[in-house]
Amino acid sequence: MTYVIEGKKDSWQVVLGLEVHAQISSKSKLFSVASTNWGSDPNTQVELVDCGMPGALPVINEYCVDQAVLTGLSLNAEIKKMSIFDRKNYFYPDLPQGYQISQFEHPIVGRGHINIEIEGKVKKIGITRLHLEQDAGKSLHDQDIKNSYIDLNRSGCALMEIVSEPDLSSPIEAAEYVKKLRSILRYIGSCDGNMEKGNLRADVNVSVKREGEKLGTRCEIKNVNSIKFIQQAIEFEAKRQVDIIENGEKIIQETRLFDPNKCETRSMRSKEESHDYRYFPDPDLPPLIISDEKVISLKEKLPELPDEKKDRFMREFNLSSYDAEVIVNDQGTANFFEKIVKGRDSKVVTNWITGEVFSYLKKINKDIKNSGIAPEKIGSLIDLIVDEKISNRQAKEVFEEYMKSMDDATTFIEKKGLAQLSDQSEIYKIIDKVLSDNPKMVDDYNNGKEKLFGFFIGQVMKISKGKANPKLVNELLVKRLKE
Amino acid sequence: MNDFENLSISSAIEGLANKNFTSLELTEFFIKKIEKNKDLNCFITSTFDKAIEMAKISDQKIKENEARPLEGIPIGMKDLFCTNGVRTTAGSKILENFVPFYESTVSNNLWNSGAIMLGKTNMDEFAMGSANTTSFFGNVKNPLGSKVNKELVPGGSSGGSASAVSSGLCLGSTGSDTGGSIRQPASFCGLVGLKPTYGRCSRFGMIAFASSLDQAGPITKTVEDSALMLQAMVSFDKRDSTSSRQSIPDFSDFKKLSIKGKRIGIPKEYMIDGLNSDIKKIWDSGISWFKSEGAEILEISLPHTKSALPTYYIIAPAEASANLARYDGIRYGFRHNADDLNDLYQKTRGFGFGKEVKRRLMIGTYVLSAGYYDAYYLKALKVRKLISQDFEDSFQKCDLILTPTTPNVAFAIGEKQTNPIEMYLNDVLTVPASLAGLPAISVPSGFNSEKLPIGLQLIGKPFDEISVLAAGAVIEESRGF
Amino acid sequence: MSIDNSTVKKVAKLARIEINEEEETTLIIELNNILGWVDELKQVNTDSVEPMLSVFNESMQMREDKAESNFDNNQILDNSPESNSGFFVVPKVVE
Repeated sequence: MTYVIEGKKDSWQVVLGLEVHAQISSKSKLFSVASTNWGSDPNTQVELVDCGMPGALPVINEYCVDQAVLTGLSLNAEIKKMSIFDRKNYFYPDLPQGYQISQFEHPIVGRGHINIEIEGKVKKIGITRLHLEQDAGKSLHDQDIKNSYIDLNRSGCALMEIVSEPDLSSPIEAAEYVKKLRSILRYIGSCDGNMEKGNLRADVNVSVKREGEKLGTRCEIKNVNSIKFIQQAIEFEAKRQVDIIENGEKIIQETRLFDPNKCETRSMRSKEESHDYRYFPDPDLPPLIISDEKVISLKEKLPELPDEKKDRFMREFNLSSYDAEVIVNDQGTANFFEKIVKGRDSKVVTNWITGEVFSYLKKINKDIKNSGIAPEKIGSLIDLIVDEKISNRQAKEVFEEYMKSMDDATTFIEKKGLAQLSDQSEIYKIIDKVLSDNPKMVDDYNNGKEKLFGFFIGQVMKISKGKANPKLVNELLVKRLKE
Repeated sequence: MNDFENLSISSAIEGLANKNFTSLELTEFFIKKIEKNKDLNCFITSTFDKAIEMAKISDQKIKENEARPLEGIPIGMKDLFCTNGVRTTAGSKILENFVPFYESTVSNNLWNSGAIMLGKTNMDEFAMGSANTTSFFGNVKNPLGSKVNKELVPGGSSGGSASAVSSGLCLGSTGSDTGGSIRQPASFCGLVGLKPTYGRCSRFGMIAFASSLDQAGPITKTVEDSALMLQAMVSFDKRDSTSSRQSIPDFSDFKKLSIKGKRIGIPKEYMIDGLNSDIKKIWDSGISWFKSEGAEILEISLPHTKSALPTYYIIAPAEASANLARYDGIRYGFRHNADDLNDLYQKTRGFGFGKEVKRRLMIGTYVLSAGYYDAYYLKALKVRKLISQDFEDSFQKCDLILTPTTPNVAFAIGEKQTNPIEMYLNDVLTVPASLAGLPAISVPSGFNSEKLPIGLQLIGKPFDEISVLAAGAVIEESRGF
Repeated sequence: MSIDNSTVKKVAKLARIEINEEEETTLIIELNNILGWVDELKQVNTDSVEPMLSVFNESMQMREDKAESNFDNNQILDNSPESNSGFFVVPKVVE
């Protein structure tokens, strides 16, 4: 379904392009040996380049180059044999050199694409380019009434800027695109994808047009740092633009900021002053040459990527496209799934992982990889359910407790006295007790009040403290009542 | 006390080794001499206590037969090289109080070779100038002015370094050369100035003017001293991405190299309008000296010579406009207080930089700005390629190129101040080799009618400093003084 | 191409250099002179000439990804005109 904004007069489509900034998961910065650790005291991870000292010179981090190449490969993109670092000149207190080292005309990675899935349909989203650049420092504006405070710990950290084609046409597509991109980055390990820490953030280019029209004037919303905010920002901004155009005014191309509290975008005046960045090749850095050997050896290091894994899971384990997408989104989950699913029912395994396991993880605020949950712990529990040693309901009830315990599934249910009652004579005993305790109901049942069957089941389960095998209770009760 | 005024580095090393004098005696001599000659204004910051301390260590090393190559040799350090714990200003108000907490590779290499720092020498602000008149710390005088009863410029930008060596305030000094800043002052002060191949000396810790051109080098009394200092200064430095990994020869091997049979190119385009006739005469003498040493002389053509200076005055200011953006009054240096950030930037830079620097920052900003990049900056990069290609072609035919260093001898302080271009023309013969990154030396070769020194320039193939030094030695031996 | 008042103002603003009226007048003359002089490059035929980015033609050395801490907060802030609690301080920035 196409995303359409109904204005007062016309129907409007949105055209979206994203510039995603992904911080590379390196130990040291792009051009300096300072640490990239997060959350240290201000200005403690600063080398000469990072604070623009006189005579400081940049020296490139090979790991960052490799990660850019790996990322390029996983975006099905062209790796450029030669790329050039440029200086992007502007004055800002958190930009200590007075320029940002970036790549302008000759980025390290050229055209590529990724696939996203929207309502069961695959859509190909073009990647224009990926380039390497330095991050800026941080300005804190709310510490003091008159002053801003500058921390340069982040200054010089390596960023990959991944630019998409304007192929996205709804907030949900933008969200899926970022999710997919993040998933890929995490698979190859080039970026941890942590949006809260700002390690992944997006500039969103938004424009609107009537069907069949050419691209409209766009506004760029800077530094949006959650998927939810990206969607909200687009919704607001697109509506704002429609209102302006329908009022007979024109969109001014500008940089805007999203305010999550008010859920609106506003003009960023500080960035508007001068857009003349005077890019020119940085004379401190020779051209970056990527050898064929390097590309080949990095290609060999590429893991199975989300799309490949999804196809394989659908093929090998007979998963639906939806289930496979959910499972492969996070590499840890996919590995976890694969460890459990061998020799087990894939549908049951999927349901348990996407159901109980996911909600438990949410509760403890961890991802599956860091949760410490052993795949066998879930696997053995599933086995007990399938073997009818414990009911599905029981398993769900005690799941959290089970996760916290050190016991394996069998020991746990034994200790809890949860083992399912499947002894026919024991069950008959309970059934007989229930029937003899309720002669009136038995009569009513026999006279056609079949609803009462559920009541008898409930009573049996109650007396057995939920341990009776429900399937067996059902079977035996039917038999008894017929007698 | 000995008179060390005319001592060369090589003879000082000998004297120290033979225990004719100590490094402390040498150092104290120069300290006194510097104090007596304050009017020359050669030093921005003196480091006498440090020098004495270093001299004592050197004497100890010499005593223990552990002398390093430049053990106990007092030198001047251009104030462009960051020195740990010692104020480094680049001749600018904007860095008036800047004290680095790190050491440049070149200065570090020199200290590790045993050299002693007497102080930081005066220079044109951010190395932008050809007369040392743009320094915030005042102009430097050329000691040779006393010969003609005039106040002469020492040349620039390494004017303090050249004047200090020329007046015997130190045994040698460091310079930096972007378009001629070592060779031109060396020529004006009757000294040897060597700009090595781009990439030979690390630029780490050397305050940048134009990064694709900046190169450190020595200013000394003799060619041999030049080789000695160069040896100590060069290194491959992993902290500079444009530092060369070419193997480093023993530069003193220049003494073993005969110039006989070498082909010396004489570029006809260097015969420019306005070339001083005395200088032309010395150039002719130079040709004859090489002939009599058995070198082959041939006329060559470097067709794009005329375009070199305009090319330089686009590229260097463009790079400088970015290199000097960091001087914003926030993390170090001069700050002009203001309530508003923009005001702080504009006032800090408006008051912190001198006229010439501001002029070049304006040009550099303009030629990179939207709409002018292609016409100026990109065009200049292309012409630079042609200039470099000219040299490459010529070096197919010849081994070295012989030219004058400057079109004129040292001029009076205050001259050439009305029109910036007039000042820029000083570098017309040195800039082409800078643009091509080639090694080049200026060697004193004679005098004009007023007895002011004239230097000849030798330009070599990339990384062939040895031939340049060998040819320089030929001039030294042939010139008759 | 000639430089007028507004161009000088615009360039000075880009370069963040405050200039007074007198400087502005001088700069207009000087910059026009200099740019007029460098304009002679236009006569050089550079068709099919590749721009020369650097004379340095060795490949770029790359660094191993190892974090070091060579300077402490005091050293970094020591030269700063104004600092507080480990931060550099500037007049308030309005975003």
